[in-house]
This record gives sequence, structure tokens and C-alpha cells, in this order.
Amino acid sequence: MITYIIRRLLYTIPIVFGVLLITFILFIVVSGDTSVEEAGKSASKETIEEIRKERGYDKPLFLSWDSQFIKHLKNTLVFDFGRARDRELIIDKIKRGAGPSLSLTIPMFLGTLIISVSLALVVAFLRGTIIDILAVLLCVAGMSIPFLSFILFGQYFLAFKWGLFPVFFSPDLTMVQYLALPVLIGIAAGLGGNLRFYRTVMLDEMRSDYVRTAFAKGLSVRRVLFKHVLKNAMIPIITRVVLAIPFLFLGSLLLERFFGIPGLGYLMIEAIGARDRYVIMAMTYIGALLFVVFNLITDICYAFVDPRISLE
Amino acid sequence: MLLLTRGFPLNEQGVKLKKELPKGRGLWVDGLRRLRRRKLAMVSFGIIMVYLLLTGFVCVTEIFDWQVGPARWDEKVGSEYEPPSAENIFGTDFLGRSVFRKTLYGTKISITVAFWASVISLGIGVPLGAIAGYFRGVVDEIIVWLYTTLSSIPYILLILAFALVLRGKTVFGYKLAGITSVYLAIGFTSWVGICRLIRGEVIKHKDREYVLAARSYGCGNSRIILRYIIPNVFHIIIINFSLSFVGFIQAEVILSFLGLGEKTRPSWGAMIDAARLDLPKGYWWEMTAATIAIFFISLALNIFGDALRDSLDPKLRIQ
Repeated sequence: MITYIIRRLLYTIPIVFGVLLITFILFIVVSGDTSVEEAGKSASKETIEEIRKERGYDKPLFLSWDSQFIKHLKNTLVFDFGRARDRELIIDKIKRGAGPSLSLTIPMFLGTLIISVSLALVVAFLRGTIIDILAVLLCVAGMSIPFLSFILFGQYFLAFKWGLFPVFFSPDLTMVQYLALPVLIGIAAGLGGNLRFYRTVMLDEMRSDYVRTAFAKGLSVRRVLFKHVLKNAMIPIITRVVLAIPFLFLGSLLLERFFGIPGLGYLMIEAIGARDRYVIMAMTYIGALLFVVFNLITDICYAFVDPRISLE
Repeated sequence: MLLLTRGFPLNEQGVKLKKELPKGRGLWVDGLRRLRRRKLAMVSFGIIMVYLLLTGFVCVTEIFDWQVGPARWDEKVGSEYEPPSAENIFGTDFLGRSVFRKTLYGTKISITVAFWASVISLGIGVPLGAIAGYFRGVVDEIIVWLYTTLSSIPYILLILAFALVLRGKTVFGYKLAGITSVYLAIGFTSWVGICRLIRGEVIKHKDREYVLAARSYGCGNSRIILRYIIPNVFHIIIINFSLSFVGFIQAEVILSFLGLGEKTRPSWGAMIDAARLDLPKGYWWEMTAATIAIFFISLALNIFGDALRDSLDPKLRIQ
């Protein structure tokens, strides 16, 4: 067990290194020296030179002890991403944005999960009936509507036209007030895909022998569904849930933009608008790191639950 | 034993009955027959064909410079923000241009982006997956490391990063602008799924009898991969192509919306972006037109892709 965990831990090192390498190649090598653009139109030579120094563009890319790559490795590993265009430390911006993002994505995620899993149980039980077919069709239809349309029409009708919710975020609103509509839209948009996934999971379980046995014993439908099927369907559900957690930290790019929620998605949109690639790089790295960590946690949990698992 | 008795129904004692069943069919013929029985899938296929024909038509009008229909999207057909009428089905936009024509033209942009993105992602994913699965060893480890790394970066961030970095770059004297950077970004980031699938399948296939037979004839590795293994896993490529196409169309919409896509010509994402400001003023038609266009192609591709998977994947057939 211990050896498994140690080997699994060691396995993350090349992955993290790979992420560092990819971010370096993308954001430093391919992007090139953007000090002129960063300095603005009427900048003096000295300002440009100063920016070049700060970003390290004057150093060689690889193959030197003070090369840009070594600097990138050192800084990124300790979460020192430098400053954004507005001279604020990027890591401070990210810390500030994480709260609003999480308060949007966590209720959205839990809502989608609970609704789609319980609906999936019902639909899977009614498999083959007209309700099941209709539900699947509705799911596919829901998946086919672009997320942007959900947001725009939702915001227009529910908030703007009928005035049920506030249209934009403003600091004097309570959290429930300004988050209700984005969360609702997020759940509505995510329901189709999730319900269809969980239905497949449940259907696989429904065909198992133990379900037939349970019914043969004379157990009630509710008992079979919630006691037996749900328990066995938990493994794929938990995998999906745990691997979705890193994405919760990143917030929702589009929802945050439309509702003006000052989270990480908003931060990224701003960075794209300002062509500030250092912010995007920081977010990319943090997102990848979270994903690696949660992947590690899932694998170790599996190893505890299932003794057959071992790393080859 | 199963092979010997194929095509003949047996009675309970295992004796051949006189009546012969129809001749055995190959995977493709069989799959097509199954597909044709699904009415919904065939309707979806029809819708997809309409979109493809439209794309082809727009391309042809551009090549020959015909001034018809969607090619004249930038023509002023009425006053600004005209609501839908018999003359302009979807009304007009802020410059008095026909929204209907813009939607038709946007079809070409979206389909071309999704097509090239698919070609790039298959072009990277399939060879890498086949090589990794066939040769194993160090090559396999490097490729697996590469795609594990890429897949640990959240997809949307990776696309954004690529699109942001590739924009305005000059490669081989060709400036990456508009949709080129979009499909490059989508293509370079989305080969991981197909690569993983192909690798897994090739590992399963490479020790099968037919591959051993080919090797004993003296076939080289490249011939075995290209002529023997790839045709046997080709249905996976087709299924993946049709299902990921939807994702590419939607990704193009989001990228265009974020201002990283096509700027000078109308695309569905750009139309939705414009509608962001128009909708609060009550001009709902441009938004609706783009949504309907995206909805039907996505719905058709989703249904058709699922049907394709159900009819081509031998593992799902038993049900």
C-alpha cells in the first residue's frame, strides 16, 4: 500500500514537469517578447527595457543557469506569477477571485448532481417506456442548445423582462440574490448531459443480477433503487464528482462575465481582453495542478477501497 | 466451431437446418443496415447533409464570386433592426443586413472550423495512438506522458491559451488570423481523447491472430498498422469524428464570442456576441437565428453520432 502511494506520488512529478514545460513553451517561447506591446504606445526605451528585465526576456531561453526556463520553473513552483498589467500581483488576484467563483460553482454543481442523479434513477427504472425515451430526447435537445443561449435568454427573460432576479452583480446585494439566477441557469444547462450520463450508469447497474435477486426477494422498488442500485452506481459517480472539483475552482467563464460576478472566470475574460497572458498562464498552471492533485486523491482512495488495484 | 456453423440456423441438437440464412455481412454493411432502420438517425443525417451542402454552396459562390444569397451577407436589405417579416425571415441587424443571410454564411465558418479541427485532431491523435499502442516501450511512455499532461490542463483553458498565443502569429509566412487560429487551437488541444481510444484498441488488436498472420507473411510494421489494424479500428475514428464535431462547433462559438475568433465575417459566435448588446433593447431575432442554427446541427450530430455508435460498435450490439 505504502509503496503504491509513493509510486503514485512519484508519477505526478513528470506530469507537473510536463505542465510547466507546456506552459513555458506556449506562453514564453511561442508568444515571444511582448514588452513593447505591454509598455504601451508612447513608452520610452527605458520603460521597455525595464519590462524586459522584469519578465526576463533579456535572458536566454534554455541552456543557462539564469535562463528563462529555470526562472519559470522556480517561480511557478512557488506560485510566483509576477504582476498583471495593472501591476497587481497575479496570485493576489486569484486568491480574491476564488471565493466568488466557488460560491457560484459549488451550489451549481451540487444542484446539478442531486437533480440529475435522482432523475436518472427514475428514468433508468422506467427504461423503454415513453417517459424514458422522452427524457433522453429532452436531454439531447438540452445538450444541443449552446450554453451562451441559455445564459442570454435566461438573463433576458427572467431578470431583465420579468424582473424576478437582479440583472447584474452589485456589492449591496446579498449573495443569494445575485447568485440565484446564474446558479439556476447553470443547472438548467448542465442537466441534459449529466442526466444522460447517470442514466447510462444506472442502466448498466439495473441489468445486474443482484437487482433481479433483490426484486425476486420481494423488496420494494424504492428500496432496490436507493439501497442497492445507488450504492453500486456510486463508483462512477464519485469519480466524476471528484474529477469535477478542480473545475469548480476555476469558476464559470461565461456565467461570471454575464452576471458581473468578480470571480476567476471574470479575471480570465479580463485577461483575454487585455491580452495578459501571464494571468492565463497562472490559471492554466493552477488548474492543471488541482487536476493532478485530485486525480491522485481519487487513485489513492480507490487503492484503499479496492485491494486489487496496483500500479504497473 | 462458431465460425464453421455461421450462416446456418441450428436446431437444438446442433444439426443444420435446410433453410439457409442470408449471407454473412461485413461490419460496415451490417452497421449501415442497422443505421437505416433508425428513422430519427436518418432524419438527422438529412439535416447534417443540408448543412454540409450549404457550406459547399457558400464555398462555391465564394470561389466563383457569384453574387447570390449568403455571399451577399454584407448587403443592406432594409433599415436597421427590422423585426422578422416575410421579406427578411430573421429580420435585420444593426447595419440593416439580413440576419438570415448572415446565419447561412455563419454555417460555412462553423462547419469549416469544426472540419479542420477534426482533421487536425485525428491527424495527430490516430498516428500517435497507433504508434504508442503498437510499439509500446519508451515511445509509448513518452506519448502517454504527453497526453496525460495535456489532459490534466482544463480543456477550456488550454484552448484559450492556444487561441490567445496563436493569434496574430506568422507561421511560414502565413499570418494566423480569424478562423485559422481557432481551428488550430481546437485541433491541437483535442486529440487526446481519440489518441487514448486508439492506443487502447491497438494494444488489444496487436496480438490477435490476423496480425500475427500478417507478420508471418513478412509484412512490415507500417503495413500492419496501416493495412491491418487501422481498418479494424476505423469505426472508432468515425464515431469519435461525429461526436466530437458538436463539441468543436460549440467551442468555435465560445471562442468567437470571447473575441478570439473570426472578426470580419459573420459567424454564429459573433452573432451571439452582437446580440449580447441587442437583446436588452428587445432585438431578439439575431440571437434566435444563431441559436436555432446551432441547435439543429448539434441535435442532428448528437442523435446521428449516438446511432452510429450503437450500430457500428460490436460491443453494444448484444443489447
